[in-house]
Amino acid sequence: MPNILSIPRITRRAWRVWYRNMVVFTRTWQVNFFPPLVEALLYLFAIGLGIGSYVKEIEGVPYVTFIAPAILAIAVMNSAFFECTYGSYVRMYYQKSFDAMIATPLSIEDVIAGELLWGATRSVIYVLIMLPVLAAFGVISLPLALLTIPLAFIGGLMFAGIAMCFTSLSPGIDTLNYPAFLFITPMALFSGTFFPLTLMPVFLQYIALALLPLTHLVAIMRMLTLPALSWTILLNFAWIAAVTAIFCLLSINLMRRRLIV
Amino acid sequence: MFWYEGETIPDTIEARDLKKAYGTTVAVDGIRFTVRKGEIFGFLGPNGAGKTTTMKMITCVSPRTSGSLNVLGMDPDKNPAEIKQRIGVVPQETNLDPDFTCFGNLFYYSTYFDIPKEAAALRADELLEFVQLKEKRDVAVEKLSGGMKRRLILARALVNNPDLLILDEPTIGLDPQARHLIWEKLRTLRMQGNTIVMTTHYLDEAERLCDRLVIMDNGKILVEGAPADLVREHIGHEIVEMDSSDEVVGCLTELKIPFEQTGDMIQIAATTDSAREIARTILERCKPEKMITRPASLEDVFLKLTGRTIRE
Repeated sequence: MPNILSIPRITRRAWRVWYRNMVVFTRTWQVNFFPPLVEALLYLFAIGLGIGSYVKEIEGVPYVTFIAPAILAIAVMNSAFFECTYGSYVRMYYQKSFDAMIATPLSIEDVIAGELLWGATRSVIYVLIMLPVLAAFGVISLPLALLTIPLAFIGGLMFAGIAMCFTSLSPGIDTLNYPAFLFITPMALFSGTFFPLTLMPVFLQYIALALLPLTHLVAIMRMLTLPALSWTILLNFAWIAAVTAIFCLLSINLMRRRLIV
Repeated sequence: MFWYEGETIPDTIEARDLKKAYGTTVAVDGIRFTVRKGEIFGFLGPNGAGKTTTMKMITCVSPRTSGSLNVLGMDPDKNPAEIKQRIGVVPQETNLDPDFTCFGNLFYYSTYFDIPKEAAALRADELLEFVQLKEKRDVAVEKLSGGMKRRLILARALVNNPDLLILDEPTIGLDPQARHLIWEKLRTLRMQGNTIVMTTHYLDEAERLCDRLVIMDNGKILVEGAPADLVREHIGHEIVEMDSSDEVVGCLTELKIPFEQTGDMIQIAATTDSAREIARTILERCKPEKMITRPASLEDVFLKLTGRTIRE
């Protein structure tokens, strides 16, 4: 009997589930492409230019340039997290789509893997839409900033895995509000996004580095968009890789435990 | 694979001591049955009898606790994807994809079976015609009536040209017209050589469609056989039925006619020959207010075996 730490057997059929979600998404693309565009502009104007007119510079860079990578990182987090919590929950519980899928050669492992891949893809799409806006404002440095596109997939996969764990444990769709408000919202503010980590008390800095996934994603994003590369990027990557692997694996096993009885 | 004359055709499903327990609750308690190629095989039983659980084990979505199960020559524990590639499933719950049209539901479902796109599109249109939903091709599924949704689910179960079709309450909540249409389609499929396994609460449905069936209760199989044989063995041919009253009960006891009392009804099982005789005697001697003679049905067998207590 597989347990919550087993290595799931995933086949290439997982991409069928990804494809199904992709088709539904692109069919309503006008609706789906609009939010990231608006979000990027809102952050840029309200925080970047609004607050930025007082702050001017942080760590020697213009404030709006400082927060540009944070805008990308938060978009990566939100799109994957909300897709794999509310989106997946609706497909699982209300639409019974997973039940319909596992009656075909797809296994539950394939289905959840497909959902995770799709969550990560949504992050990539968000970044793809936001990049031209940020480039137009001259707040990111090309071509190195293009590497944020593959990075969005890795970061998206991490948040998709974390989200799917919450989905697998949530008794109802309303209880998904807890991780959204108590985990995602504070993380968007305290992960070195709109002000540097070093402004916080030291122990909070350690907590952010140890426990907040967004901290590492913002750090890498910032190194790529400023650009300001440092060897610490390897530590950030290692942290993200480990957390992504653990949570993706855990989420698939937890979902199997929830759905296969 | 070819099967020559004289060779036995392997059974489509073979279950021995099949058991499913959820913690301490035993949903299916060591059942044994075989489904032969080309027949319609029914599972009957009150709510909670274990029918749906059995279907879930056959369709490889719920692992068995113990016993052996063989579907199309394979073990659901070992080759779930291979088995599922060759079966079609009509679930009890309507789980069509609300993000797609009727055509989309069939087309994208086909992709889960690795069916090439051109073939999938062709097959989808063919099936829409088969279940008479051609004019609803590009309509969103939430716009369909209950009967149309069930028909679309039947079509969806056929996208992969299954060798075995599993239906859990295929006509639940449908009006008579819609039920008859589904029945007709199932008979057509059997004529084309499909093997069909279905559960149902509707005994008339089972009587009309099933070549053989089992009646389950509390996770166990009570009887197995062809509907007509079961009726003959367990009830007889005819039922004489009348309203119950103290006078009638006293009269029947006096006449030494064995009877069964259920609620406000009295039933007497009889053969075709004796029914008329019994009816005349009772009419003359007991003077019941209302009396009818009718052929015995599967419902009589069902109620006799599973009792009249309401199940949750």
